Amino acid sequence: MKGLLRAEFTKFRSVRGWVVGCGVAVVLMLFFAVLAGAGTSDRGGGPRGGGAPPKGPDGTPVVDGFTFVRQPLPADGTLTVRVADLTGTDLPPPRPGDDGAPPAPAEPERPGPAEAEPWAKAGLIVKAGTTPGSPYAAVMVTGDHGVRMQHDFVHDLAGPADARWLRLERKGGTVIGYASADGAAWTRIGTAALATGEVEAGLFVATPPHEEYDQFLGGTSSIGGKVIATGTFEHLTATGTTGDWETEIVGADPSAGRPDVGATRTGDGFTVTGTGDIAPAGGGAGPKLEQTLVGGFAALTVLAVLGVLFVTTEYRRGLVRTTFTATPGRARVLAAKAVVIGAVTFGVGLVASAAALLIGEAVRGGDPYPVAVSTQVRIVVGTAALLAVAAVFAVAIGTILRRGAGAVAAVVLLTTLPYILSVAAVLPAVPAQWVLRLTPAAAFAVQQTVPEWPQVHQAYTPAFGFFPLPPWGGFAVLCAWTAAALAIAAVLLRRRDA
Amino acid sequence: MEATIEVSDLRKTYGSTVALDGMTFTVTPGRVTAFVGPNGAGKSTTMRVVLGLDRVDAGTALIGGRPYRSLRTPLRHVGALLDASALHPARSGRDHLLWQAHSQGLGAPRVDEVLRLTGLADVGRRRAGGYSLGMRQRLGVAGALLGDPPVLMLDEPFNGLDPEGIRWMRGFLRALAAEGRAVLVSSHLMSELQDTAGHLVVVGRGKVVADTSVADLIAAASADRVTLRTIARTEAMTALAERGATVAVTDRDTLTVDGLPADQVVTVLSQASVPFSEISAHRATLEEAYMELTRDAVEFRATEVAG
Repeated sequence: MKGLLRAEFTKFRSVRGWVVGCGVAVVLMLFFAVLAGAGTSDRGGGPRGGGAPPKGPDGTPVVDGFTFVRQPLPADGTLTVRVADLTGTDLPPPRPGDDGAPPAPAEPERPGPAEAEPWAKAGLIVKAGTTPGSPYAAVMVTGDHGVRMQHDFVHDLAGPADARWLRLERKGGTVIGYASADGAAWTRIGTAALATGEVEAGLFVATPPHEEYDQFLGGTSSIGGKVIATGTFEHLTATGTTGDWETEIVGADPSAGRPDVGATRTGDGFTVTGTGDIAPAGGGAGPKLEQTLVGGFAALTVLAVLGVLFVTTEYRRGLVRTTFTATPGRARVLAAKAVVIGAVTFGVGLVASAAALLIGEAVRGGDPYPVAVSTQVRIVVGTAALLAVAAVFAVAIGTILRRGAGAVAAVVLLTTLPYILSVAAVLPAVPAQWVLRLTPAAAFAVQQTVPEWPQVHQAYTPAFGFFPLPPWGGFAVLCAWTAAALAIAAVLLRRRDA
Repeated sequence: MEATIEVSDLRKTYGSTVALDGMTFTVTPGRVTAFVGPNGAGKSTTMRVVLGLDRVDAGTALIGGRPYRSLRTPLRHVGALLDASALHPARSGRDHLLWQAHSQGLGAPRVDEVLRLTGLADVGRRRAGGYSLGMRQRLGVAGALLGDPPVLMLDEPFNGLDPEGIRWMRGFLRALAAEGRAVLVSSHLMSELQDTAGHLVVVGRGKVVADTSVADLIAAASADRVTLRTIARTEAMTALAERGATVAVTDRDTLTVDGLPADQVVTVLSQASVPFSEISAHRATLEEAYMELTRDAVEFRATEVAG
């Protein structure tokens, strides 16, 4: 097998056009990396206060803004409250300027003012401080998702769906969340760790903005706007706290036009209005690190052509007879070709994607969604592996079809085309997700860096960089296609006359 | 390993076309065996079957008693040239040989050796796409020699060669056979194999029509035939015809006499006082012998059909 691998590698390196093709793949990766960097470096001139989003205790970028009715809690203590009501109100859309412009077209229908956003939140929170991003534990009623216990932004536990009574109990370094339908029988939802020492404890209300996103063949539309949530609290009791109830707007947006939110005391409770959210940042719409690797589809196309030609030129010239005369074991020849093409394209892909990441980052200058080093390694190695396996797939398709043009068309149709149609938002979201589950293009999931959060409402569609399968799961789809194509190719080689 | 090719009762059809119809012959070492027949007779198909490239419906083809596909490094057992144009035009001739060498566990020194043997040492590093057909034939022969195999099989190696190339190829094939190798050379032009082939396998319509040694064939075709040069053509023809010979005019002053040995022709002409300037036993060319043979084969086939 060693001699056979040397033979196939000699074949590859001795055709200059193929070696040049590898260089072209690298250049294309870099070209698209620079293009992606240049595209995102052009920002509007308006104020965009705040800069980078705050980061949670584990470094995840987060949204941390809410109305907080609080008292200091020096040590252990318990808070109990009943959330009587949680509603949402649309803010009026911005007025058109007074420059005689024609009136804006009628607003599309929105949910009624009484309906809270699905992830509007009203409940109890203990938080290490009022600095955005500081650790916390909270139990809350939500618009559509029942009672939840959440802590430190990324952790989310479901509680009883129809409970209205909430309780947070702090004991040493632990916070325990409870919920109850009647205030008598309590269900424990979960626990969270919170450092000892003085923390702030109290009520909070927050609601993410309203978002509707439609994607159809050839276009998209999105509507949305800020919403104010109103939480009505009653039967509030607190033990262990000191001082008076104070209202603070955490993570207040300093820009103009901030909605008027606050809290008013009502009987044994409060009515609190709030905007914002306490959750991981969505990241779908912002710049993402994998945009530096967007040239992957172009490199894949070039390397797939190489993979196809590595086989089909032998058929075209009759050289395949010389090959099978030298090595009668045809499956071994196919295996050797696959190994050689896979190894060469993996190396090329590794160089190309590592360089594209570095150059793309240097050109961009802006801050993409922050990505752990392990994830950066995964997208670089994953992209190289994607290119390598796709090239092996091309070898198998070339062997099956024996014609260069047909095989190249088939590979492009199955890999790069579904990817482009899906991520460029040409296909509607649902077909796009199915395409990225079923076709070899699913493997582009290895490039996804922004995580999906069940507790954050946003458009988790390919157009925003979200793949329907996990990174290595998507890669496995490509591997399955490749294994099947290789098996078919091996059977055909055995049956056919050379 | 014994240097032989044994083909026995190969049968293969493509749809309704019969390509091989009981092809059977053996190639033995030490001589060049010519594999001759019109285009489409099944020569190339037989060679592909021997090399394990094409499947057959029935029959076996063995190299030194073993099926080709069972050979671990087949180029060390059989060297083959099927199609001199089977090259990647962008790859140099040397690299074309190098990958084949690697596949057999051979190295670059052997490649340079066969390039020298075939007179391609100076052009080995040039793109094969720029080679003339003659150079491609030499490169194909170089590839067949890579593994120094005891059996060689060349399909139409004379195609595209100039007269000098044809002479080189003939000498090369004779030398290889003289080293004790079994050499099978196909051709559709018998004249190319003049003075080269020691044995002849003639095929038509997928089976062997004749399997004979070239010496026997030429002797049979030349038997009892005399070439006569005379200025008295008419008198000579009359005198010889009276004694039962068949006489054919081949030139203005040359006759071919069938049915009388040379000494009797001399006696007859002397008795009739017919002058002649030269008399010689005729030696048939390989091509003439081949034509005679195939004519018989055609007749044989015709009677077979009639019967």
